Formats: sequence, C-alpha cells, structure tokens
Amino acid sequence: MTTTTAAIPLPLVQRRRPVIRAFRDAVAVSGRNLIAYRRVPQLLVFSTIQPVIFVLLFRYVFGGVVSTSLTVPYVDYLMPGVFVQTVVFGAIGTAVGLATDVKSGLLERFRSLPMARSAVLAGRTFADLTRNVFVVILMVAVGFAVGFRVHTSFGLLLAGMLLVLLFGYSLAWIFATLGLATGDPETAQAAAFPVMAPLVFASSAFIPVSTMPGWLQAFAAHQPVSVTANAVRALVIGGPTTSYVLQTLAWCFGILLVSAPIAVRRYRKTV
Amino acid sequence: MADVAMRVENLVKRFGPVVALDGVSFEVPYATVFGLLGPNGAGKTTAVRVLTTIIAPDSGHAEVTGHDVVHDADAVRLSIGLAGQSAAVDENLTGRENLRLIGRLSQMPSQRIAPRADELLERFELVGAADRPVRTYSGGMRRRLDVAASLVHRPPVLFLDEPTTGLDLKSRGELWNMIRELVNTGTTVLLTTQYLEEADRLANQIAVIDRGKVIAEGTPGQLKSRLGATIIEFGYGDARQQARRASELLAQRLPGHAESDGSTVRITSDDGSRVVVDALRSLDTEGLAPVTIAVREPSLDDVFLALTGHRAEQDDGNTAQRGSS
Repeated sequence: MTTTTAAIPLPLVQRRRPVIRAFRDAVAVSGRNLIAYRRVPQLLVFSTIQPVIFVLLFRYVFGGVVSTSLTVPYVDYLMPGVFVQTVVFGAIGTAVGLATDVKSGLLERFRSLPMARSAVLAGRTFADLTRNVFVVILMVAVGFAVGFRVHTSFGLLLAGMLLVLLFGYSLAWIFATLGLATGDPETAQAAAFPVMAPLVFASSAFIPVSTMPGWLQAFAAHQPVSVTANAVRALVIGGPTTSYVLQTLAWCFGILLVSAPIAVRRYRKTV
Repeated sequence: MADVAMRVENLVKRFGPVVALDGVSFEVPYATVFGLLGPNGAGKTTAVRVLTTIIAPDSGHAEVTGHDVVHDADAVRLSIGLAGQSAAVDENLTGRENLRLIGRLSQMPSQRIAPRADELLERFELVGAADRPVRTYSGGMRRRLDVAASLVHRPPVLFLDEPTTGLDLKSRGELWNMIRELVNTGTTVLLTTQYLEEADRLANQIAVIDRGKVIAEGTPGQLKSRLGATIIEFGYGDARQQARRASELLAQRLPGHAESDGSTVRITSDDGSRVVVDALRSLDTEGLAPVTIAVREPSLDDVFLALTGHRAEQDDGNTAQRGSS
C-alpha cells in the first residue's frame, strides 16, 4: 500500500469531558424518547386513560362502600392513592421502552457509538420522569373535576407531587432492569403486571388497610405504595406528616441504591 | 496512527456451546476494502460486533486504528461507523432526527450536525422523506438511512454488515459506487457479504469464513483462480445417462474441470467462452448436445464447495448471532 497516514481522514468529532458528555448524551437520548411519546400516542394512553377510569370507577362505584369508614370524603382519600398508582403503572413504560430498544437493535448501534454508557438509562428514566410530571398534573386536574379538595395548602400539594415523582423515578430503575432482561416489549409488559398488581391493590391506595385481613395488613401497611400514598394523604389532608414522608424518602432512596447499580450492570451485559 | 486500519489476532468468541469465532486473524490496510465472505452463521456478524466494541471477545486481540477494542473501546468508537444488520435506526424518529441523534451521540461539534445531516439526506436521496417517521419508510429507504447514519461523523473506518441484503439492483449499484468513492477519499471499509460478486467488485482483499474460521484469504483474483473464473453448466433434462457420458467425454478432452451432478454437467474454467465452443463442438459430434446451457460467475456456494468440499450451510450456528443474521 502506498497510502500515507496523511491521507487518512479524521473523524468529525470532538472529545468532551466525561461529565459534560454524560449530560449531553442523556439529554439527547431523553429528547429522543420524548419524541416517541409525542409521536406514538398509544404509549401515553396506558398511563393516562387507565388512571382516569380508576378515578371514575372508585369515586362513583366503590366509593359508597369505602366512605363509611373514613373521616374525610372518599374522593380526598382516593386521589393521593391514584397519584401513586399512576406512577407505579407508568413505570411499565420504562420497561417496555427499553425492551423495544433491545429488540429493535438500536441498543447495538448505541453501543458502537462513543456516547456515555450511562446515557441510555439516564435518558430513559429522565424521559419517563418528564412523562410522569405531565400525567400527574393531568390527574390532579381530573381530581379537582370530580370534587377532590386540598385541606392544607398548595405548597404541601406540590410537596406531595414531588414525593410521588421521586417514588416513580426510583421505580423506573427497577423496571429498567426488567425491560433489559426480557428484551421484548410484550414480555416486559406481561412480566411487569404481576409485580405491580399486588403492590397497588394490596395497599392503602384505594381502600384503608384496616379493612383487610390481618395477615395482609402487615404487608399492606408497610409496603412502599401504601407508605407513599399515606405520606401524600397526610400532606394534602393534614395530620402528622413527618414519619410518613421520612419512610417514603427511605423507600425511594433505598430502591434507587439497590436497583440503579443492578440496572447499570444489566445494561453493560445486554445486547 | 497505526500502520494498518485493523489488526485482528486469533479472535475467539463462544455463545454457550456454539463457537462463533474460532481463532480468526487478519489485517486490513488503510483506504482499502476488506471483504468478509461467508454464509449465514459463519461468524461474520460476530466479528463485526467484536470489532465495533459491541461485544468483547473471549480471547484474542483486535485493534482498530491502533486502539484495542476492549481496553480502549472509546477511542475505537470515535473513529468507526457501523451499518447493516447489527445496527438499527429509530422507527419513531424522522430520517433527519435519526441522523442528528447519531451525530450528537457520536460527539460531533454541535454546529456541524445539522448541515451534515442535510448533506447526507441529499446524498442518499432521502430529502423528500426527511421529515417523515422512519416507520413509514420502504425497506430500501431504511437501508439507505442506516448507511447514512454510519457516515454522519465521517468515520475513517466503516463497517458494513451485509449492507446490500434486500436492496434492489439499482440501489445496490449506487451503494457500491458510494463505497468506492469513500475508499478513494481514504476511508477503510470492512464489508461482510454472502455474495461473491459483491466481494469481487469491491474488495481489495477477501477472507472466506466458515464456522468461525478463515478458510481462505487472498485478492479476488487469487481466490477465483483457485476455482476457475467461470462456471458452465450443460443440462440434460432427465437424460442422466447422457449427462454421465458427456461428463466423461469432456473430462478427457478439456483441460478444465468437469463433473456430473445427476443430469447437469458442470465445468469450471478460466477461459469461459473458449471452453463453451470447444465443449459444444465435441458434444455435438458425439450426439450429446445438451438441452440447456448456462454460463455464470461462481457463487459463494461454488467457492465453498471448492474450498471445503461441503455446501454452505444456511442455518449452521445461526443461533450464535442475535436477530436475523
């Protein structure tokens, strides 16, 4: 070969500091995921229509039975539970999104690019957090429409919403691992449901735990969905909040500390 | 800068019991096309996935532009592009959005991304479809976008994993021209293909790979001379007896290699037209004129038969690779 090194073209790239690169790449991947939510409305329907139906169902169908054991109107008890339930079911989107990318081969291409290794997971979870902001605001509006009332203050409602979003964000990391491990959107969805259903229904989200059999109460009273719903409820209805809020924060950071490294390790092995 | 674009030494990769790469070695000089030729499941895609840092080899060593694919993967990634069956584009993004996303994630300078995406859309005749989601694209358009995406950051080394599979003749020809242009401007290309013709037209050097091993390597000319450049087939319909007699006659009278396969007599030769004339004259005088005549270039199957004594097995070891490799 007579080719000299001078003839070798240089790539059109610039080296960036790792922190800057990780941030830019996460933003790029996140933007890409949000475009998908905008362009494939079905993805959002699951996380919006379904909780709206839950609100109507519980408020008007089951509400009469439950309200006899409460000191506040049932709708005020129900809505904090619905907010939490919304982000729990929304986490399925994280699993489905990642599984879709594994299956399509897009993650393969990403792995051949000089992008931050953290960007796929960070971008996915940021995009789903953004989606949750939208869905939670929508649910608050739906709640007001069916008679939900904040007994405390707007500031405490906001604090409650932030707590819900943090809880949703920590769950996203559990479901990220599920999505990567299944590698198929339908399987991911099918695998996610049996995990979420007991968490959401064997909880204080829709009905007081005191109505459940004793053996179930022990689980139902302490699992994260109940704890978070109770914290939000305390924030918007009033009463002692500190213990519930601290328990919720402990659950959120505990879940993040355990599930994020597992998801990252799983991502490195995937493809 | 290293003296060669790629240096691959004794690569081994297993997937469970399947040995996808069984000690593969080769070198690719700068500004050349290296063809990795083999049937489905031979290990071509696995080799590409190792060289593009997607998976790590079990043992062996590979360098791209002087950077180790395992220990210096990021440096490798900055200088490579990948298209074909080991890569995908995002169905929900438009063509333009896909190119810009890949540009961003390839660490291009921000202000260069949009113009470069436009330039590639123009070059791959995707301007009209640039702002439509990729899920509305035809197979050919999708393939063109895939190749465009691999070129966004002007990588000096390009991996094309069966880039023309499923393309029509016109698109295939256009892609071939584009690959030649890239090589003329200094790009190094590693091309995997199942088509001998494609490797023949494009590659400076070809490695034939089967069951994870390189079973032959050389220039297209060297490989073809090992098996004869042209294949002539005389068909005898159902007359097997005649076919057998014809092949015996030709084996005696012609310098080339003649063999009978049921009712077809196959001759491989470097001098196709001369042999056709001589063979037909001999056959006709003996009353053995064939029913059909076919003159063709050797296929991958013929190369395989000549090199290994067995036909290329389409599904052997296919489980070793993900997707429809």
